[in-house]
Formats: sequence, C-alpha cells, structure tokens
Amino acid sequence: MTQELGRGRRLRDRLGDPLLLGLTAAAALGACALIGVIAWKVISGAHLALSTFGLSFVWHETWDTNKSIFGALPAIYGTAVTSLMALVIATPLALAIALFLSELAPRSLQVLVGSLVEMLAAIPSVVLGLWGILVLGPFLGDHVEPWLHNWFGFIPLFDGTPESSGIFIAGVVLAIMVVPIVASISRELFLSVPSELEEGALALGATRWEMVRGVVLSSSRPGIAAALILGLGRALGEAIAVTQVIGAGYSIQWSLFKTGDTLASRIAGQYQGAATKLQVSSLFYLAAILLVIGLVTNLVAQVVVRKFAFRGAGAR
Amino acid sequence: MAAVEPALTLRGDNRVRRRRIVNRIAEGSATLAALLAIFVLALVVWAIAKRGASELSWGFFTQDLPLPFSNESGGIAPLLVGSAILVGLATAMALPVGVLIAIFLEEFATPALRAPIQLAVDLLNGLPSIIIGVFVFGLLVYGHPQNGWAGSIGLAIVMLPLVTRATQEVLRLVPSAQREGALALGASRWRTVVGITLPAAAGGILTGTVLAIARAAGETAPLLFASSIYARTINWNPNHAMPNLTVQIFIWSESVDPEDHKRAWASALVLLIFVLATSLIARTLLARSRRKLENR
Repeated sequence: MTQELGRGRRLRDRLGDPLLLGLTAAAALGACALIGVIAWKVISGAHLALSTFGLSFVWHETWDTNKSIFGALPAIYGTAVTSLMALVIATPLALAIALFLSELAPRSLQVLVGSLVEMLAAIPSVVLGLWGILVLGPFLGDHVEPWLHNWFGFIPLFDGTPESSGIFIAGVVLAIMVVPIVASISRELFLSVPSELEEGALALGATRWEMVRGVVLSSSRPGIAAALILGLGRALGEAIAVTQVIGAGYSIQWSLFKTGDTLASRIAGQYQGAATKLQVSSLFYLAAILLVIGLVTNLVAQVVVRKFAFRGAGAR
Repeated sequence: MAAVEPALTLRGDNRVRRRRIVNRIAEGSATLAALLAIFVLALVVWAIAKRGASELSWGFFTQDLPLPFSNESGGIAPLLVGSAILVGLATAMALPVGVLIAIFLEEFATPALRAPIQLAVDLLNGLPSIIIGVFVFGLLVYGHPQNGWAGSIGLAIVMLPLVTRATQEVLRLVPSAQREGALALGASRWRTVVGITLPAAAGGILTGTVLAIARAAGETAPLLFASSIYARTINWNPNHAMPNLTVQIFIWSESVDPEDHKRAWASALVLLIFVLATSLIARTLLARSRRKLENR
C-alpha cells in the first residue's frame, strides 16, 4: 500500500517537475515574444503609410485629412519639447524630495511623506488631465503665462499670447507625473550610499549639504541618470493627460503657449475613428516612431541601471 | 576641502558662517520641495473632492448613462460594471502568467537565460500604454467591432510586468533555507515551489496584484481603441464594447457641455477614491508582509 502510494507520488514528481518547468519557461518566453509581436503588429500596421510616404513622413509638417497628406514632425517636436520641459521642472524637485526623504526627514516623516509622494504617482492620468484642463490650465493661462510673458517675453519660448491649453500646460502636467518616479528611484539610490562614507564626510567637518554634494550625489550619478531617463520615458509616452491639455494644434512654433501635439496625444486624439485606411496607417506610423523612441530610452536606462548595480555590488 | 590653515581659530569665521548658510538653504529647499509635492497632491484631491462630491447620489451609482446634451441626470452604473469586468478579466489573465514568469526567473533560469527575459519584462513595463492600445487595436479590433476582450487584454499587458516584478521581489525574500530544507527532505522541485515557496510568498503576490489592479483601473489608453464606442446601458458581455470609467471621464472632459464636466468630476472622484484606497491598503500590507519575511 505504502509502496504504491510512493510510486504514484514518484510518477507525479516525474511529471510535475518538467510540467512546472515547461509552464514557467513558456510564460517567460511568451513575455519575450510579446515584445516582438507588439513591435511587429505596430510596424506592419504602418505598412501602407510607410509605402506611401516613406521615411519623409518623419520630417513632413502637415496632417491634412482632406488631401490625405500626413507627416510626423510637429508631433515629434511636441513630444521633445513637452518631455524636456517636464524634465527641466521635475529634476531639481525630484532630487530635492529624494534628499529630504533619505537624508533629512525623521523616520516617522520618511514613511508618511514617502507614501504621499507615491500617491501622487498613483493618480490616474485621465484624472490628472481632467484637473489639468479645467483647473490648472485656466490658472496657468490667466496668471503664470502672462507673468512669464511680461518678464521673459524677449525669449521666443515665452512669446505669444497666453492660453489655457497648450504645450506649456502639458509640460507642467507631465512634470507632476515625472516627479514621483524620479524621486522614488533616487531615494532608493541615496539610501544605498554606504553610511560609513556619509559619516566619514561629516566627521571631517563637512556640513550636511557638503556631504550630500561630495558623497551622496557624486556616488549615485549614473543611477540618477537612469532615473531621469526612466522619467523621460514616462513623459514621452503619456497620451491621455497630454491629449486633454495640449489642445491638438499641429504646427512647429517657438512659443510654449501655443497649442501643439505629441506623438502619443495625436494617436489618442483620433480615438473616434480615422476616415481612411491611409490615416489609420499613419497613426500606426506615429505609434511605430513612438515605440522606437520608447524602446531606445528604456534600453539605455536599463543598460545604465545594470552597469551601475553591477559596479555597486562589486564595490561592496 | 581646503588645506588646514595654521591660524585657525575656534570661533566661526565668515567662511564657516557662509558654509552654514548654504547648508541651511539646501536643507530648506529640500524640505520645501517635499512640501510642494504634498501641496500638489492635496490640491488635486481637494479640487476633485470639492467638485465631485456634490454630484454623488444614490441614483448616480445605479442609473444608466445620460443621453448626450440632455438634462436628465443619469448615472454611471454601466461604467462601474464595465470597468470591474475589464479589470477582472485582465487580472485573471495577468496574475497566473505573471507569477509563472517570476517563478521561472527566480527558481529555474540560469543567469544567461535570465538576463534577456528580465530585460523583456522591464521593457514591457516601460512601454507607453498608448502603444499597447494601438497594438490591441491592430491585433483584435481593426476590421471587427470593438469588444471587451481586446480591452482587457490591453489592461493585462499593462499588469503583467507589475505582477511579475512584485512576485519576483517576494520570491527573493523567501529564505533559501526553506527551499533547501524541502529539497533535502526529498521533495521534488515542483513540490517545493508549490508547497513551500509559493505559500510563503502568497501575501506579497496578493498585495502586488492589488497594486497592479489599482494601476489598471486608472488606465485609459489601452481601452481607447478597444472599448470606447458603447451603449448607455449595463453590458455584462465582453463580446461587445464595454462602457468604462476612464474612457468616459476622458470623453466627458473633452466635451463642451458643463453638465458633462460635472459628471466627469464625480466619476473622477469615484475612480480616485478606489485607486488611492487600494494602493494605500496594498502598500501597507506589502510593507508588513515584507517585514515578516525579512525577520524570519
């Protein structure tokens, strides 16, 4: 009896091991395949636009549904400008928050403030966009943009009439999304700086700021770069909130106050359906450009992360 | 740092004072930045609570969607049902697959196999969700009517890397002594994984899944081309397009009708409460279960 039970169990084990290995391996290969299938589907969807416009799609400036002429340059420009603006605003803020959380705040505040910053990241983008278009946009358009225009109007970026939707507001909304991402990664980085180094600097008479500058910031520089690139990736790809606040203009202008569009928001803005096959295919083309930009950004960030993590592990 | 000056006095000179002031300014700005982040969070939550709360009523949760440009108040019952089904189906797809990938990465894979798969998971995590929306549209919707399945697959792709990452993290925390103990007692690999490792990690996997659900519930882009043209009534059948909260908030926010803005605020409040509450609970549980595993 016991022997039979044992035999049954051994059979199950002999089947169970390869079964579990096979299942998990299939799932893991599936994840790799999924990336490939997504890339293939997006690029094959762009086939018609690719064969009609070729590569010149990338530097053409028109999006004319009546004449069926499509180009991506204003969207690429809008993506670059809004993402850069978000990074410029978010970087100092996020690093300062991370420093506050890792170096300054007492333990109890660390947990509280840390989770509040993470909540900021948890706000759904459509909700942030709703607030952006109905509250933040009018506020910035009425107060902040006129102020910038008055004092810095000689810079082409701040030239033009203030509006309650446009590139400037998209940049601010994206900054709000990027801050918690960069802050929480940088905080982990700063916490992983060996405390002997920090204490050593303090013991040599450095003030806290000198210690932060000389030890914490300088030793986590590659990690900060990776965090910023990941934040950039978030900003590049955000569709919904940007669509809500950017105003769907399609031209290249210096002024940040003008309406514009990004790759992601141009795609999202067409959700009610495109008129022709060529237009649909052109949207796929935009998606393919965004996919390439997004994959490259993330790859760079991952390479930096891996190199850095390796170095950190080796040093310890 | 400068060389030690022989005439150094013990009293602070101007340079020391300047260094202290610089330090104060740096500390002050770091604190201010943290306060600013909390201020923005409070501002957003307060704006939505103030505008949304006055619209909430029993009928708002139980009635069908209002006709466009009508004065009838209507409700969001179809949106709640649709979102719940979409997210539920997505969880049913992403949870098992995500856990399997994590088991492979943590329990079976050799370092050479691990690297590319981990990279694929990380790349999936960084993929813009609008790309997922376009992909699902191209794969399942183009040439067919919109349907709930396509939407939930899109959400599942968003959830998959999140579930995988969360599971990997708890699996790493399960002490290897437990695995080795089971193997030394003669248990096979699969028995060790199913009987020892997974139960120890179950709490962490669950909270990680809840976090992924909170994230998926707030996603709009994967649904935009898969489930955005729908009826005003409750739909239980994923073969048709399903009304859902996020896409409807998006549509209402783009509308010119102030009544639609009110509905958008109220729906946004409902969504925000759900997302913030679930992620808060999950984060608390996650911290606790991690502490428990670490102390063991």
